[in-house]
Amino acid sequence: MPLVKLEKVFKHFPIGGGNFTALKDINLGFEKGEFSGIIGPSGSGKTTLLNIIGSLDTPSEGSAVVLGEPVEKLTEKQAAKLRSKYMGFIFQTYNLLPVYTVYENVEFPLLILKMSEEEIRKKVLAALEWVHLTDKINSRPSQLSGGECQRVAVARAIVKQPELVLADEPTANLDAENSYHILDTMVNLNKELKTTFIFATHDDKVIRYLKRKVHLVDGKVVKDEVVSSQ
Amino acid sequence: MIKFLLKGLLRDRSRSLFPILMVSAGVFLTVFLYSYMRGILGDMVDVSARFDTGQVKIMTRAYKELADQLPNDLALLGVNDLLAQLKKNKPAMLWLPRIKFGGLLDIPDKKGESRSQGPVFGLGINLRDPDSPEIKLLNLKKSLVRGKLPENKDEILISEAFAEKLGVNIGETATLLGSTMYGSMAMYNFKIAGTVRFGMLIIDRSTIFADINDVRLALDMADGASEILGFTKDMVYDDASMIKVAREFNQKYSNQNDEFAPLMLSLGEQGGLRDILQMASTLGSIIVTIFIFVMSVVLWNAGLMNGIRRYGEIGVRLAMGEPKGDIYRSLILESVGIGIAGSLLGTAIGLVASYWLQYVGLDISKMLQKSNILIPSVIRARVTETSYYIGFLPGLFASVLGTMFAGIGVYKRQTSQLFKELEV
Repeated sequence: MPLVKLEKVFKHFPIGGGNFTALKDINLGFEKGEFSGIIGPSGSGKTTLLNIIGSLDTPSEGSAVVLGEPVEKLTEKQAAKLRSKYMGFIFQTYNLLPVYTVYENVEFPLLILKMSEEEIRKKVLAALEWVHLTDKINSRPSQLSGGECQRVAVARAIVKQPELVLADEPTANLDAENSYHILDTMVNLNKELKTTFIFATHDDKVIRYLKRKVHLVDGKVVKDEVVSSQ
Repeated sequence: MIKFLLKGLLRDRSRSLFPILMVSAGVFLTVFLYSYMRGILGDMVDVSARFDTGQVKIMTRAYKELADQLPNDLALLGVNDLLAQLKKNKPAMLWLPRIKFGGLLDIPDKKGESRSQGPVFGLGINLRDPDSPEIKLLNLKKSLVRGKLPENKDEILISEAFAEKLGVNIGETATLLGSTMYGSMAMYNFKIAGTVRFGMLIIDRSTIFADINDVRLALDMADGASEILGFTKDMVYDDASMIKVAREFNQKYSNQNDEFAPLMLSLGEQGGLRDILQMASTLGSIIVTIFIFVMSVVLWNAGLMNGIRRYGEIGVRLAMGEPKGDIYRSLILESVGIGIAGSLLGTAIGLVASYWLQYVGLDISKMLQKSNILIPSVIRARVTETSYYIGFLPGLFASVLGTMFAGIGVYKRQTSQLFKELEV
């Protein structure tokens, strides 16, 4: 069974007196361990689709089953639980908590899972090791570069070793060198931990790394291509 | 998680220090304003009761109508009998006969010629008895500036300012020129035993205090008194119970058809003091209500601003899988902590300021040079039990209420919408 299965998904947003349809008849499946991307220009519905997969939103029509759970039927609490246990998020603007240190930012998802202090420490250090930031453990986000901030965000997304990591334009604010650095880290995580990555992007640097590219135009899937191993 | 949130709270001054200062300022104002108003109004009522109205006062019906003119020809007679009955019927209260009188005070020289003179207001009270409650009630011992309290017949106290104006010293003679109860001229020699100052210009200006027996002799008022004042022994005025005392007395003694029949009035029924009393009791709640409203609006606004500033954090927490309810609760919990800290700080500062005003006071005597109102010339606050908590609950509620209003935005907004705004 696929990790994510979308069937006849439509998403309408009320605008003025009528409706705007952001997603039209989406039928997609993502398997465990995929390194995939939803590609398309701005306004094509990438983020909306990612929100539905991330159980942050529900489809207006159709069904979205994520990790065996039908998103449209989940209560707010159940959706939160699904996210806290099985998903990690990476944002374009990092969204680190500015008053907390690198360590504290990364430990946050584990605090929600109510893990023991010892377990948290072990996992946080391992995650920071992955992104090569163990020397910045006590730094605040304001003391880090953009690339380092995004690496902290990656560590925070993968610290609980989630089944699924959703990344919305993760390299949009990074220069080429930092972008490749981050992407290499993610590829390694995907290989070693079998973590599934789904990106929403229109950045060529990211697209080059993807093993599957789902092209979205005006809310419709126009092309779904699997790239042979690079 | 609580430890984690607490760390954030302490590190982020805009979430902790500034809201705490804001709440403190509001609570401080509430405590100080309340204590200040209690002091002013309490002093006015208290001073009026001690010097003029009593907690209840008995006069004749006719005297009551012309009381401003000190009409001793309409005064009470048979006072000893009346006092005996009052003490028997209401033994828990103090009953004090007084004679108020006016006239001219003349200071003679060695030859007996007028050296100086001036209009005088006099108060005949039980003054010679060292155990007289009047001494404590009028705070005479502490008000003594020179000399001593009267111990012998015909000795009087004179206000210090009046003594200075007349150029009279301790031990000298002062002659009262006035009229007796029956309308003939009264001349009576008193001896100055001491001078007093109360810090109330209307009394300090030209007043003498004499023993009531000497005044009775001077004004031909045997067994008479202008009025009898009644006080509870704890000196705490309770309007309802004093009205009851007055009603019971009037049912028994007051005859509508006899203008010389005694009539008892409670403090609240004299000179519009009830309005002041009501104002005093409602003022606290008005202050608190206004404070809650204003502070709620201010803190609501601050909460909204803070919420907008914290959209990033809230969005991340939602994405990480923290339920909206938990986030909302943590925001409320934060505001409870801020409310408690701010209220404690504000109450402490408010109490310090109020105690300062209570013990040191603010001298406004220069502003009252020509005033005829019976108010103290030193403004003092009065810290009561209520002062300790009056600001605390509003401070806490306003803080929590503000956050609750602001937090509803987070709670009601679609998660994806919040998430979108976060990205913006």
